[in-house]
Amino acid sequence: MGTWLNWLFDLLVVLLLIVGIRLFQGPKGARAGNLINAFALLVAFLLVLYRYRILSPGIVLATLITGSMVGVIVAMRVHMIQIPAMVAFQHGAGGVAAFLVSFVELNRSSAYLTSFGKISGILGLIIGAATFSGSMIASAKLANKINQRPTVLPQHSALLLAVALLTLILAVFSAFRDPRPEVWLLLVLLILAILLGILFSIRIGGADMPVLISFLNATAGVAAAFCGAVMQERLLIVCGATVAASGSILTHVMCKAMNRSLVNVFVGTMATSTDRATTPTIPPAAEAPPTAGTATAIEADAPAEIVPAARAAPPPLEAALDKLRKAQRVVIIPGYGMALAQAQFKVVELARHLERRGVDIKFAVHPVAGRMPGHMNVLLAEAEVEYDKLVEMETINPEFKNVDVALIVGSCDVVNPAAIQQADTPISGMPILMAHEAKCAVVCNLDERPGYSGVENPLYQLPSTILLFGDAKVTLSGLIGGLTD
Amino acid sequence: MTELLIMVSVFVLSFAIGYLLISRVPSLLHTPLMSMTNAISAVTILGAVILFAVDTAPAEKILGAVAIAMAAFNVTGGFVITDRMVKLFKKSRKE
Repeated sequence: MGTWLNWLFDLLVVLLLIVGIRLFQGPKGARAGNLINAFALLVAFLLVLYRYRILSPGIVLATLITGSMVGVIVAMRVHMIQIPAMVAFQHGAGGVAAFLVSFVELNRSSAYLTSFGKISGILGLIIGAATFSGSMIASAKLANKINQRPTVLPQHSALLLAVALLTLILAVFSAFRDPRPEVWLLLVLLILAILLGILFSIRIGGADMPVLISFLNATAGVAAAFCGAVMQERLLIVCGATVAASGSILTHVMCKAMNRSLVNVFVGTMATSTDRATTPTIPPAAEAPPTAGTATAIEADAPAEIVPAARAAPPPLEAALDKLRKAQRVVIIPGYGMALAQAQFKVVELARHLERRGVDIKFAVHPVAGRMPGHMNVLLAEAEVEYDKLVEMETINPEFKNVDVALIVGSCDVVNPAAIQQADTPISGMPILMAHEAKCAVVCNLDERPGYSGVENPLYQLPSTILLFGDAKVTLSGLIGGLTD
Repeated sequence: MTELLIMVSVFVLSFAIGYLLISRVPSLLHTPLMSMTNAISAVTILGAVILFAVDTAPAEKILGAVAIAMAAFNVTGGFVITDRMVKLFKKSRKE
């Protein structure tokens, strides 16, 4: 096959990828876009089979079928709440493939290595291995297999820097070995890179996970691209670069949504670790842990005096019902606490009741709600909320003044006005959903403890706020019951 | 040297085009987007298969086989999960 024909076929794959991603710009075309991208990879795979004579087709076929079958079975079974852990795990699997391919290619005496190929291979090995270990830690944290709080070792930054420097020095040294780096050298590099990934990921936790998982998305892409450079396969570079771009965008979006720099997220835990250690936050459950406490007990001592004591202060549930019955526009602000309490189906049930009464319902989704970018949208879509009712922060914020009730379910930091009113809190400058501007805010959180940031929420003190502390499922059932009566 | 230049430009160009296209994906679809690009990053499966195109030592065969299995898991799983997710997004019917 002539070189130009090779380029032409590669170009076909690239065009398919472009069309696929282009279709992904709206929920209507997304499914077709995903299938087209899958088709693009299939074409690329067939091209490779056509161009190379595979010497052990039995092994290739067997591993291919095994891997794919496990992949499909796991993908069919996973729950939507577990998607972040699953995606992180898949990043890890991709990392393994990248570092193994680089490792074998660097080692092989039959392989022709340019110095560029050698450097690419070493980088593919390091980034692939670090992506693997970092993703495994992230996945274990997201699946609640290990402590979700940031684990900070003594001298963590110094340790991380030392390992990174050692890796770098050894990588440079390896690049100068002729004709190729020795196996032991590559193995040491591999171990160092794995250690690097662990040290890097372990001290990120809770609400910062979306940044970590986006970043690992990008590094998985970079590893694939370097892998492509050592194999001299253009399509690997194309795909790797595209994924790297996507991961970079998502990382940037997440950082912006928290008003933090990447360095601050990855290293900043160190600087604020003292403040954070003293606040009683358990990050995954920070926004509203569903397990602790009984609803009735907490509801009973819900601070009724904060509610504007008009006449003999009605119980908060009654006050909230009263507001909801009179409301014309309700905006629901779900947080990860809602997802943990599996309360999204109750939320939707309540929304349907209100809609039947002619109320205009919208769901306001903060970019960092959930444990990966956009996670909350998937959870709500699963609970059969139509996507035209899911509104982004920028769209809904100017409208809060005309909203009768802002119903907050399991979110805290993303509606904390301290972020825009106070200058010296960990969340200062973070864009928030302006629930405090609504005519009334009803808070269905587990308790009044602050969110992951540890910053007290002044919204709770507003006279227009009604606090319904307790298990969100129970509270919402109470509201639904009250509305149907 | 030309090879190096070609590969660097392929990377830069793909990154740029990818960046332009993907920055227009709404945050509504960010989770399926990451899941899909995650599957695309398993393109390393091509590299893993090419490892078997030359005569290799048994140890290399084992490593290559693991690489293929891992990448296959990643690529099929990624596209299947993405499909499950994007199927969930529905528009409200006009009543």
